[in-house]
Amino acid sequence: MTDLVATTPGLFPLPDWAKSELSDRKGHQKGDLISGDEGPELQDAYDRARTEVVDVQTDAGLDRVVEGQLRWDDMLAHPLAVHDNVETRGIVRYYDNNNFYREPVVQDDLTFDGDVAAELDAAAERVDDGLQAVLPGPYSLADLATDEHYGDETEFLHAVADFLAGEADAFPDVETLFLLEPSLVESAPDEGLDSEVPEAVTTVADAVDADVVVHPYWGALDEKVYAHLLDADVNAVGFDFVSDHDANLYNLQEYGATDDIALGLLDGQNTLVEEPEAINERVDWVFDNLPVAEFDTTYVTTNTETFYLPYSKFEAKVEAAADAVALAETEVQA
Amino acid sequence: MTTNENRDQFRPEAHPNDHFLLTTVVGSYPKPKWLNRAKELYEDPDHEFDAEDWAEAKDDACRLITDEHERAGLDVVVDGEMRRNEMVEFFAHRIEGYEFNGPVKVWGHNYFDKPSVVDDVAYDESWLVDEYEFTADAAERPVKVPITGPYTLANWSFNEAYEDDEALAYDLADLVNEEIEKLVDAGARYIQIDEPALATTPDDHAIVGECLERIADSIEEDVRIGLHVCYGDYSRIYPEILDYPVDEFDLELANGDYEQLDVFTADEFTKDLALGVVDAHTAEVEPVEEIKENVRKGLEVVPPERLVISPDCGVKLLPREVAFGKMRNMVQAVREVEAELDAGEIAVPATSQRSAADD
Repeated sequence: MTDLVATTPGLFPLPDWAKSELSDRKGHQKGDLISGDEGPELQDAYDRARTEVVDVQTDAGLDRVVEGQLRWDDMLAHPLAVHDNVETRGIVRYYDNNNFYREPVVQDDLTFDGDVAAELDAAAERVDDGLQAVLPGPYSLADLATDEHYGDETEFLHAVADFLAGEADAFPDVETLFLLEPSLVESAPDEGLDSEVPEAVTTVADAVDADVVVHPYWGALDEKVYAHLLDADVNAVGFDFVSDHDANLYNLQEYGATDDIALGLLDGQNTLVEEPEAINERVDWVFDNLPVAEFDTTYVTTNTETFYLPYSKFEAKVEAAADAVALAETEVQA
Repeated sequence: MTTNENRDQFRPEAHPNDHFLLTTVVGSYPKPKWLNRAKELYEDPDHEFDAEDWAEAKDDACRLITDEHERAGLDVVVDGEMRRNEMVEFFAHRIEGYEFNGPVKVWGHNYFDKPSVVDDVAYDESWLVDEYEFTADAAERPVKVPITGPYTLANWSFNEAYEDDEALAYDLADLVNEEIEKLVDAGARYIQIDEPALATTPDDHAIVGECLERIADSIEEDVRIGLHVCYGDYSRIYPEILDYPVDEFDLELANGDYEQLDVFTADEFTKDLALGVVDAHTAEVEPVEEIKENVRKGLEVVPPERLVISPDCGVKLLPREVAFGKMRNMVQAVREVEAELDAGEIAVPATSQRSAADD
């Protein structure tokens, strides 16, 4: 029997009061975005917002609690955007969304920073167990950035992986690490680079003593990319069943899976809130369609980050995920 | 000289040159600072500034900006969208089936109230007839009405109620058609459909085409319908968009330094071109000479009788004096180019190409 775990991939919307307070304090322009060395007033505002989203998750009963990544003005590009050896340039489109981030341009060695670990330390104070770390996967972070230092695509990918491993190594104890890899779908690696991805992912995964989930989204992986990714030393690969259930199912049927699995079943980009019963039907649908479905752990999550949603709908999604898993567990007991 | 009745219905009687390149704006314009202040007072429950005061403030702002457009010398004016907050939100508040759940992030700390479609959309109160009638009354010159297009209204909303965004867009297109019929009844002759979302999802150009078929249905031929598409990879939608039932395409090309001009000369541009000649994203007023060069770029695509001149996009994010400077220089540049055309000093590549092709 698989262990169902309700979680999210992080990157939450700010509570509405924090949206106003932070925009008043920081401003609206490119130069006003997070730099990594914000003063005490900003830190205090983010602390209060973090406390709120941690409480939303624990109150809802999620099995894994994330820090929320509320400071990540540049979304998945954040860990580079705040790095000293990275210059942020123009505002560029975030995948196919109506969202934008500052283009991070790597100018020198990607040395240890510690920015993400500091956030997790703050969250750890409020989370007794089930703390989950979130990082961009090495391929996506390299894809979102521009390299003006390493000079070679493969070398850059591994440099980003080494950097992320260094960041992860500084984390407090976490139960799970989600590595978000939308670029593996959205701009799949070319031949040659695709075989480097598992090694890069493993580099990051090996840095933590935790279960690691690699989570691609906005469709399904090209089958070759998926086959390569299974070589990575991770516990689970995620599947975005909201965007494309047929192609994801095909990959699972043709190539099998890791011991654990993450199912993106709630739409992180639509305000329509799924009923817990409907979520569980989707879990069953996936398992019913697989010849062998004996996963140790099954993560039930939104397919994407949830910063796209109004705050109240984000809260409702978190509750729906938690309620779905709670309901499934009750049904098993009964 | 060849004429273009649909466009030339807007030619001023006292136009100084034989040639006429219609000048206009895309729509939005910086709001006077006092209007934003008035809004804050209106939203402050402790302040006595009430709904009537707020309505008066908006009326005043409309008169002011319409007049500012006329002072800049524009042939067709807009009220600068003084009554509108944001291009989806304004309409979503007036369409049944929409609800609002709070602001969402665009980038950094810039947010917008992205609405959710929670039920079948339906026409309720008129969206723009009052706005049009007020502006037409305040203006000496003809007035253009910009409307956010159905594809963008669908694409920039959360869709909870429809099978897909395409089905939602078609229902919204029927509502836009209904609104345009009311605007035409009220006297409007120049409608501009804004579809910025098409620039980000060019593969959907056929959906936008079907929307426009519904919008143009039963609208009289002599009512001018334009389509504004913001900066994007135009090669992915051109020449397919030439099949759209519109009179004019309003394109953002100055921002990209006309690098995409070749896209529009590769296949004959069979509609009117509303060419962006000043950049809506830079806060420097372009000199007249520079704008004249940009206007001449338009003549590489279409002959003078099918050319309309405007800024690249809405200018609401610019400082107001910069926006005005751009309009004024733009009009001056156009009048000078017209005079040079009258004098035969400017070659018109679009015409000669076409003659050669006809031979």
